[in-house]
Amino acid sequence: MKILGLDSSGLVASVAVVEDGSLLGEYTVNYKKTHSQTLLPMLDAVAKMIELDLRTVDAVAIAGGPGSFTGLRIGAATAKGLGLALGKPLVKVPTVDALAYNLVGHQSVVCPLMDARRNQTYTGLYRFCGNDMQTLREQSAIGIEEILADINRRGMPVVFLGDGVPVFLPYIEKNVKVPYTIAPAHVSRQRAGAVATLGMKYWKEGKIETAREHVPEYLRLSQAEREQAEREEGQGQ
Amino acid sequence: MSKDEVKILAIETSCDETAAAVVVDGYKVRSNVISSQIALHTVYGGVVPEIASRKHIEKVNQVIEQALAEAEVTLDEIDAIGVTYGPGLVGALLVGVAEAKAISYAKNIPLVGVHHIEGHICANYIENPELKPPFLCLVVSGGHTHLVRVEAYGRYEILGRTRDDAAGEAFDKVARAIGLGYPGGPKIEAAAREGNPHAVEFPRAKIEGEPYDFSFSGLKSAVLNYLNMSKMKGMDVVQADIAASFQKAVTDVLIGNSIRAMEAFGSKRFAIAGGVASNGALREGIREACEQRGIAFYHPSPVFCTDNAAMIGVAAYYAYRNGERAGLDLNAVPNLRLGER
Repeated sequence: MKILGLDSSGLVASVAVVEDGSLLGEYTVNYKKTHSQTLLPMLDAVAKMIELDLRTVDAVAIAGGPGSFTGLRIGAATAKGLGLALGKPLVKVPTVDALAYNLVGHQSVVCPLMDARRNQTYTGLYRFCGNDMQTLREQSAIGIEEILADINRRGMPVVFLGDGVPVFLPYIEKNVKVPYTIAPAHVSRQRAGAVATLGMKYWKEGKIETAREHVPEYLRLSQAEREQAEREEGQGQ
Repeated sequence: MSKDEVKILAIETSCDETAAAVVVDGYKVRSNVISSQIALHTVYGGVVPEIASRKHIEKVNQVIEQALAEAEVTLDEIDAIGVTYGPGLVGALLVGVAEAKAISYAKNIPLVGVHHIEGHICANYIENPELKPPFLCLVVSGGHTHLVRVEAYGRYEILGRTRDDAAGEAFDKVARAIGLGYPGGPKIEAAAREGNPHAVEFPRAKIEGEPYDFSFSGLKSAVLNYLNMSKMKGMDVVQADIAASFQKAVTDVLIGNSIRAMEAFGSKRFAIAGGVASNGALREGIREACEQRGIAFYHPSPVFCTDNAAMIGVAAYYAYRNGERAGLDLNAVPNLRLGER
């Protein structure tokens, strides 16, 4: 079986094709350019290199959020368009889960940190038992203090990765009470290879959705909705 | 359908309508599906870009599938995909652009990028296949106010544009100020029917040396000032009279500039387009001006005036026939100018 993976949730744009146990091709770019202009040409480049007939893809795995709202939608619309045109299902892979899966087999607790702005991080906690990933704490948008307090409370060694690491490292260095490491460059950001590999696992578990129903998981309301809710709350008091 | 027909699948997500359509040969509308978000944005008094973008992602596949089903075609029969890539809300545009590119890529269907305003102008071809360039067109909507000379299919000269607010935007702002709510255009038009258009003489802005340009922010301020003054003096304000007087001021300017252009260019044909083109007072004013001058007048039905994908399919048809093709790197261009490619 063949899974196409896409991730445009952050600064990285990444495309990969995984067939059974092998990664046929992956194209990952961590450079400031709009994913709108790069994602599909990247897919085209990979497809040409591996002589991929798109019709042979069984499902499209997509980093389904959280992440940059616009980035998530570029990926979602691309995946939905491919799914519609090819008549194939989508597999929604939580972005933070896929990031953690970069470090499959790691001995430490894995803590992805995405820069969520507004003094928050999209994060979660994971542990590997061989290739099996256990979720210790589900992905959410919280402050760095909160996740670090959780890590300190657990008292186990931790490895950090993600585009939030450079942002939060000063805070971590000051406040962390467990041994920690930072993931090396080649696995430190979103990789569509991980999205596709996890996607294949979910596909086998029947966790698929139609291209029509797929929507990103933003983990956050829009600013207007948030302010509206605050206003209503204010009126209620 | 015969083999020689050109079938376009069109996608439009530039603002708050998720729309898809199938158009054959540039005027036969086989389907025209519109999922409107107006109710969602009403609570905020206007379109919220992030909410609009989220709604587009929710609806886009459903709308496309419905457009294909209603037209009784499959993607394999589609000759080209047309998509709005600007102007508009960038996050909203990106949904349609990414979706259209992915479908085009997966099915190897040629892709054409369409300018939203060009789509509005082309809406006139749907019900008037006899209309051909050159002609003059007044495009008025919530985001745009342009007086355009259509030189040929895909070739436009902008004679005049708004310096500040779009006409439709002024309708929305004034509607909110006098308590009519969103969307302002239809609500003001309805209220104005019961009011006196000469109750208050609001200013009609002219721009020195630019006979075809528009300005509506002064008019909007004048309405707000009038409301404040009335309140301070303890005077009762008749909502219908304000609506009627405001609408009269807007349409006077739109019609006045249009007449100047008709006379200067000796045009034989004049068209209106865009959401505000469904305003009855504007339409009748322009019709009268055209009749007095022996000019043929064209306007789309209301469903083709507001944002829709059928009009995008029409514009895409002419661009496609012209050999225009968009690449996989097509991007949304929120400030795309008419005539630019």
